[in-house]
Amino acid sequence: MAEKIRLEVVTPKGAVLDKDVDIVTAPGYGGEFGVLANHAPFLSTIKIGTLTYKEGDRAAHLMISGGFCEVSNNKISFLVESAEVGHEIDVDRALRAKERAEKRLAQAQQQQEKLDRTRAEAALQRALARLKVAKGQN
Amino acid sequence: MATLKEVKTKIGAVKKTSQITKAMNMVAAAKLRGAQQKMEDFRPYAGKFAKTMSTLSGSMDSSQFPLMEIREVKTVELVIASTDRGLCGSFNANIFKNADRLIKKYAQEGRKVSIVCIGKKARNYFRKTGMMRKDYVDIMSTFQMFNARAIAQDISANFLAGEADEVHILYGKFMNVAVQRPAQELILPVKPGEATGTDQAGAVSGDYIYEPSTTEIMEVLLPLYMNVVVYHAMLETNASEQAARMTAMDNATRACKDIIHNLTLLYNKARQAGITAELMDIVGGAEALK
Repeated sequence: MAEKIRLEVVTPKGAVLDKDVDIVTAPGYGGEFGVLANHAPFLSTIKIGTLTYKEGDRAAHLMISGGFCEVSNNKISFLVESAEVGHEIDVDRALRAKERAEKRLAQAQQQQEKLDRTRAEAALQRALARLKVAKGQN
Repeated sequence: MATLKEVKTKIGAVKKTSQITKAMNMVAAAKLRGAQQKMEDFRPYAGKFAKTMSTLSGSMDSSQFPLMEIREVKTVELVIASTDRGLCGSFNANIFKNADRLIKKYAQEGRKVSIVCIGKKARNYFRKTGMMRKDYVDIMSTFQMFNARAIAQDISANFLAGEADEVHILYGKFMNVAVQRPAQELILPVKPGEATGTDQAGAVSGDYIYEPSTTEIMEVLLPLYMNVVVYHAMLETNASEQAARMTAMDNATRACKDIIHNLTLLYNKARQAGITAELMDIVGGAEALK
């Protein structure tokens, strides 16, 4: 097996993950990026989306929301506001959130409210990312 | 001399009070465990965040960011974190004493002071000073990050508008279960490196690849960092509050025990005096019949 990289995911509610993996892909500022072992030092902001890592043949997904990630010394750390693995996600709640966000988005678009729109967009993205991760696990 | 019945009622009342204080003590102990856990959980996040911030800011000119701009300090804003509920000993009083001292100091230096209150107790205390700009109540015990975010956003906006040139947060630092200390921290302008609860394990130098540019990253991270600082202070205050309440209620329970002990002595004495008096009467009556 090839060399591994240490993956750490930390949220304000504590460490979510801390293990050696083969590859990590995450939604960075400039789009999806992948990190393998011995990557050069790297720092990027993180968008709402799915973090995927592979351990051998097994792939796992995490829903993550805004924050940043740092790669140094063969270690990749994500500092994000929230991170959830598939089975932790309440699909019903995410679905409801999605509907709510869509409604709000439509409303905000009519009224040209910029703040409401960005908020609704973020909520929608979070809901979608949650659903995606939840489905991927099942 | 108090009558028997009066003393008995009093004993009953004190007993009930001690039941309440004992229950509050136990509730505070349970809540403290939760609050401490939250603090522990948050520590790695805050530590890492601060470390990255100092790495980043070390490699660039900080004066280009409005949130880091150092201005001549004409107005100081104090964010005062207190509790929503009382009965926690001198915890709030200590924070306010510290705040009053600072306000006085700034006044002597000819600086204006504005106050943002977190928690009912701070609001009630500073409401009449006319310096209060905003208050947030009933948010302490929820442990929600978005509460901290709202506060952070508000004080940043105020700072950026030039309404305040320096923002400090005052809170109760949790040293251990027995000791909580009023603490003060500078929030704005942001000065990374003197961050909260960090292991200053040396700024990692090296050629990082930044995506997007360092400047843009900084612009994203600065507001997030403010959340971290505010949230941290709130967590500390919360844990301190529970610890202070635990100690206060423990003391109250003990005081109740003392009072009950004394009252019981009094009661027994009064009872004995009554019996003696009755005996004297009987003996006196019997003597008179002879």
